[in-house]
Amino acid sequence: MNKILIIIQREYLSRVMNKRFLLTTILTPLIMVGFIAGAALISSSGKENHKIAVIDENGFFKGNLRDASDIKFEFPANVDTSNYVSKGYTDIILIPKFEGTNKTTYIIRSKKRIGLMLQSKIEDRINDAIEDQMLQDAGINRAQLDSIKSSSQFAEMKSLEETGDTVKESSAALSYGIGFGSGMLIYITMFIYGAMVMRGVMEEKTNRIAEVMISSAKPFQLMMGKIIGIGAVGLTQFFVWILLIFGFIAASQFFIPQDVLEQVAELQKANAQMGPGASMAQASETAQNIYKFQNTMSTANWPLIIGCFIFYFLGGYLFYASLFAAVGSVVNEDPQDAQSLMLPITMPIIFSFIIMSRAVEDPSTGLATWASIVPFSSPMVMMARIAYGVPGTVPYWQLIASMATLIGSFLLTTWLSGKVYRTGILMYGKKVGWKEIGKWAFRKN
Amino acid sequence: MSAILELNNLKKYYATQKAVDDISFSIEQGSIFGLLGPNGAGKTTLLRMITGIFYPDSGEIKLDGRTFDPLNDIIKIGYMPEERGLYKKMKIGEQAMYLAQLKGLSRAEAMHKIKYWFKKLEMESWWNKKVEDLSKGMSQKLQFVTTILHEPKLIILDEPFSGLDPLNANLIKEEIFALAKNGSTVIFSTHRMEQVEEICDHIVLVNLGKKILDGTVHGIKQQFKENKFSIRLSDVSGNLSSPAFNVVKVNDHELILQINQGYKSNDILNHFLQTSCTIESFNEILPTLNEIFISQVEGTHATARAFQKLDN
Repeated sequence: MNKILIIIQREYLSRVMNKRFLLTTILTPLIMVGFIAGAALISSSGKENHKIAVIDENGFFKGNLRDASDIKFEFPANVDTSNYVSKGYTDIILIPKFEGTNKTTYIIRSKKRIGLMLQSKIEDRINDAIEDQMLQDAGINRAQLDSIKSSSQFAEMKSLEETGDTVKESSAALSYGIGFGSGMLIYITMFIYGAMVMRGVMEEKTNRIAEVMISSAKPFQLMMGKIIGIGAVGLTQFFVWILLIFGFIAASQFFIPQDVLEQVAELQKANAQMGPGASMAQASETAQNIYKFQNTMSTANWPLIIGCFIFYFLGGYLFYASLFAAVGSVVNEDPQDAQSLMLPITMPIIFSFIIMSRAVEDPSTGLATWASIVPFSSPMVMMARIAYGVPGTVPYWQLIASMATLIGSFLLTTWLSGKVYRTGILMYGKKVGWKEIGKWAFRKN
Repeated sequence: MSAILELNNLKKYYATQKAVDDISFSIEQGSIFGLLGPNGAGKTTLLRMITGIFYPDSGEIKLDGRTFDPLNDIIKIGYMPEERGLYKKMKIGEQAMYLAQLKGLSRAEAMHKIKYWFKKLEMESWWNKKVEDLSKGMSQKLQFVTTILHEPKLIILDEPFSGLDPLNANLIKEEIFALAKNGSTVIFSTHRMEQVEEICDHIVLVNLGKKILDGTVHGIKQQFKENKFSIRLSDVSGNLSSPAFNVVKVNDHELILQINQGYKSNDILNHFLQTSCTIESFNEILPTLNEIFISQVEGTHATARAFQKLDN
């Protein structure tokens, strides 16, 4: 059997046939879900109820200020700034006498500082009350006002993207989600698996395995075996996660009542017959939501996105992993050396993440375009842009240029890292600087 | 017998020093060869070139009469480096299997051989233990097994006995003899001269990247002998002056003598046979390898490897 295959096999199996791998692979998505649920729970339950005393010298607001779930306005007598706390109020609002139509400053006092959200909420309530009053003054009575407010039609944007002659529905929100999600995933995995490669190399060096191994296999085989083996671990992990997601979706079907599913099917049929924007009458709200969700999901070009994701994950991983391997081979026992040597590798990854988070908002800027071609940042930034559509947002030439540069670059970094690795892995007890690493990388033989 | 390994004018220079500077020697098949030298003499670099880890700057290595081809010849070599280690989290059996497969053995073949050696060295119960549970001596034994598992023609052992108790050291030593007897050639690198004297047929001493001694253990001892003899007599009060020798030292009933130029050991015996005292023993005093080593290396500043030349 080929040596590199034997090495890949060991690197892969020693990590996958491991209780910790199973636990992290299965628990990570659960923890993520739990984390999101927990955050939602905390933000909904963590609201503090405010009982606000309004001291209104004009007598204007009484009955006009609407309460909110966490805000209650009251208009008590005999309450002032000195005793509102003892009377059971959390805050007090002092409204000065109106003088003309100038903007007036209202004062809110409280023992605890008021949050930004709460303050703007209170401001909105007061302004609503004033607006209502002004509309009434202008001749619209209360009943008219209420009926307008309850029956008003709010706009819902539906964007259609033109590709040649065909018009396709597109969703900016979905593109944002996919772009950010996949960019983020590549960012995290680059760190996780890159660091895994580095630790593996350091283990071989500090435990003095390297020389034993190198008398049986070439250093390059050893390095590539490790990189590919760990990359396969990463792919396995993704595969398990995708299975889990499909499992969840399949399982969730059982919890949706049968008639809702039928309604969803009806909606799909209606849509197919009458084109986008078909009427959604008779269907229940749940069915409509499910239909909307399915419809939105179907706007994305999933095969392209998944294909590109795998390509950019592997390309980015190979590009950075060999650099991590080179750093691991240079480090001596001291893990602090690793920290400082890693910095030049982690910095571009972090910068790419920042550019990526801008690119998902605006995928066609010059910065985003260039960053999606430069190999240091292309895995993340290109994924953010691809979600917005190929060839609409990303022309084919950019995609091809980006992929070709990435392939060329990882071949180059792997070749250079292989040279550093070969020297570094057998070098003990000497602290090595960047200058020397550079010398090793560009040496002839 | 033919030479299994031949080094011709091997050179390897680093930026700051000449690690191996024009070294040539050859090793006979089936012999146990000692590569000696102080720390930093260039032994490890030399061994790394022989094992194909480093390429020489110039010179040639011939294995089995043909130019050494690291890629294909590596399976003919078993190398146990001085800096050695194993994957801590791996099980012993799997580890041995992994290294054996890297040396080109098939799974079945490797399994068969691992079982044979584990049984022979009383390691059978270790199979499912992890390397981190082994003592230093135990992992040393495992290292030895993995080095010789693929029956290499050339076995290179760098300090193979460090960390072994006398019992296990003897066990390994016996195996080394047995391997040499079966036609394998053993290169043995160490600082421990008493082991070299006991095990090796042929030695080479390197210092500062250059070969300074080359020969059989016996031959080198002859080369460095100072023509001293010790003789034990029933009575040392008799006539001790003779043109054949000088008395260097008198110890109770023992005399240390040095032969003068032009005389032989028989002349000493002749002298004492003519006296009335009885000769109890008569030996030539040969220098130990340790003494030779020290005398050759001392004063060359070899102990401190110079990494950098200071200006001025």
